[in-house]
Amino acid sequence: MKRELLLRHLAAIAVTAFALFPILFVVSSALNPLGTLSSATLFPSGASLGNAADLLTGTAFPTWYLNSVLIAALTAVLSVAVSAVSAYAFSRFRFAGRRTGLVALLVIQAFPQFLAIVPLYVIFSVISDNWPAFGLNSIWGVILLYIGGQVGVNTWLIKGFFDTIPRELDDAMLIDGCTPTQAFRKVVLPLSAPILSISALLVFIGTINEFLIASVFLTGDDARTLAVGLFSMLADQRNANFGMFAVGTLLTAVPTVAVFQFLQRYIVHGLTAGAVKG
Amino acid sequence: MNTGRSAAGAWQGSAGGIAARVLVLGLIVAVALWAVAPLLAADNWTGVAIVAVVTAAGLFVYLTPRRLPVKYLLPTTLLVLAFQVFPVVHTMSLALTNIGDGHLGTKQDAIAAIESSSVKRQPGSAEFRLTVAEKDGDLVFLLASAGRAYTGTAGGLRPLEGATLGAGGRITAAGGYTVLTAAQASARSSEITELIVPVEGGAIRSQGLSRAYRGTATLAYDEGCDCVTGQDGVWRADEEQGRFVSDDGRALAQGWKVGVGLANLTAALTNPKINAHFLGVFGWNLVYATSVVVLTAGLGVAVALVLHHPRMRAVRAYRTLIVLPYAMPAFAMLLVWRDMFNTDFGLINRMFGLDVDWLGAPLTARLSVLLVQLWLGFPYMFLIATGALQTIPPEYLEAAQVDGATAWQRFGKVTLPLLMLALAPLLVSSFAFNFNNFNGIFLVTAGGPFPADNPTVGATDLLITYTFRLAFGQQGAQYGLASAMSIYVYLIVAVLSIIGFRRTRAFQEVGR
Repeated sequence: MKRELLLRHLAAIAVTAFALFPILFVVSSALNPLGTLSSATLFPSGASLGNAADLLTGTAFPTWYLNSVLIAALTAVLSVAVSAVSAYAFSRFRFAGRRTGLVALLVIQAFPQFLAIVPLYVIFSVISDNWPAFGLNSIWGVILLYIGGQVGVNTWLIKGFFDTIPRELDDAMLIDGCTPTQAFRKVVLPLSAPILSISALLVFIGTINEFLIASVFLTGDDARTLAVGLFSMLADQRNANFGMFAVGTLLTAVPTVAVFQFLQRYIVHGLTAGAVKG
Repeated sequence: MNTGRSAAGAWQGSAGGIAARVLVLGLIVAVALWAVAPLLAADNWTGVAIVAVVTAAGLFVYLTPRRLPVKYLLPTTLLVLAFQVFPVVHTMSLALTNIGDGHLGTKQDAIAAIESSSVKRQPGSAEFRLTVAEKDGDLVFLLASAGRAYTGTAGGLRPLEGATLGAGGRITAAGGYTVLTAAQASARSSEITELIVPVEGGAIRSQGLSRAYRGTATLAYDEGCDCVTGQDGVWRADEEQGRFVSDDGRALAQGWKVGVGLANLTAALTNPKINAHFLGVFGWNLVYATSVVVLTAGLGVAVALVLHHPRMRAVRAYRTLIVLPYAMPAFAMLLVWRDMFNTDFGLINRMFGLDVDWLGAPLTARLSVLLVQLWLGFPYMFLIATGALQTIPPEYLEAAQVDGATAWQRFGKVTLPLLMLALAPLLVSSFAFNFNNFNGIFLVTAGGPFPADNPTVGATDLLITYTFRLAFGQQGAQYGLASAMSIYVYLIVAVLSIIGFRRTRAFQEVGR
């Protein structure tokens, strides 16, 4: 029995090492006083805040950061809000076209938005001509686009959860004289906190990692996101900028971890319903 | 929906309900006014009509006292129509054309481009003194010849009043125009070279930054024969290919967009130049997605099992550390992995004293992208498997033990089937996700390494990265063919996601 436990620990340590070594490398690169890729080691060789200072003062990193957090947070909150409302209609009402609507939503959401980047560019050049505030190089336009790409799958996820909440609960509210909207706000929504949190977390992570659409639509330095900005930093000077890039990577993890911690109690419970990451 | 209640009942709602309705009314009208103003200014009547219809629908839906489900569905519907349905339909229509570099506009555009780019200087061409100026951000040629002044733009040549002529006969100032300094002009020299001022029978082009000449078009379009004629030959319009082709098979570079029917869709399967790539990429794409699912699920489940033991210590610490990769930003970690594999500076080569071009050879590049995705993906599988293991009732295992099952039998006959039940929907959605994992390939290898004789298809290319390069690559954009590829990818993913949703049993709820 002792031997088996020892083996289990050895295996767990090996996997932990595999999970941690790239992160350790990022941490030591971030602290590396020389700040180059060729001088970065697995374990920190020094502790310098020079890379962090260069990143914060020498690049538009603070702007990228703000843009990314704003885009990801607004997309997460708004897409989940819009999806929850339509999921309620699909779950509780019976109306002509309900089945068609659900199937259409399922089929249409399978189309990865970035496959249609040429038509999307057409849409956005028209928007740019008329409403520049939502056009190319505007984070507001991209937020709308991301929301449009997320509502389909979120409506399905949330509707599935709503279906598991007994209808008798809202029926009781209706008998007591509430409107369906009140039943939705006061009964269904509070009970759905787990799925709403999971959906928001998945949208947040997906959006903050999105590269392709952002790289086509947000090219101005003021409008760039972290993914686009950090990518271009490495594209310019791969070796020399690596230390700054490592600092940026660690700082990018902060909002994700914060949202993760905030919603943690629901994580394991609701994740089975969700998507994956990469 | 509860249609049994009286229509008037909805209006009797609380004061808050009425206030909300007034607010919605104000909001819709305000947005509509804001949206319609620039469309009116631009005489865009189609746009105005769309705004009017959407506004009317919004007002009707939200002000009617009836309880319509559409009240809940309108925002989703509009968003999906604008950002999912329209792009899909438009992609399908592009797939039926030859749109791409050299085939972007109409036939008129192509003729204009052919004629103006064929302008050549002839002996005895008229010369101008050139001053480059700017008006509202656009370049303008200020031209002087024999004491007369003109402005030249892409729109044509016009006389210019009130220009100040300098010593060399050049214009030094003109009202409303900002003259560029020599440094500013040379910074924009490529724009200056490309600016062609059309005039009767030819065009005016710059030569250097201070002279311009009036050249003659060497190619001209003749409506009678629907062809372009020049000294070197005759190019006849080919309406099927959307370009001008000479009798000996040469084509002019500028063409126009024409419908090609299903040619792009069939090319992926029948054109030997393309289908060899398509099938090869498709095969690796399947291998990649399958391997990622098997590897991440395998390692995730294995680690969950290792930690799932009543007398195991420090489980919480292991769990926190193993989940860390999931919290790191994936796009950045993909780039970190790419740079760890770097031949010259990379950590892996330096740590082991190697000099291997990991991402430069097909086999190691493929193994590398799989390893990277394993690292990114297994913590998630581990989380799910851990959760699922905890929900397996211990009684099942005890019962099996009482019946004399060995540890392996208990695992194979009880634990694993129950685990797979919980993991199945996730495995399907993981497969669908990785099938199109653009970042996972593009940010690590960009599809490479590429064989020396064929820079269009790399060893790690997925259909999605291959399509992306078709559309935006260095080889000249082929939007039409790329759109056709997109449709294939879409069909595959749509089928996968329907299977995935069926597995989650969400699908059967439709019929209820």
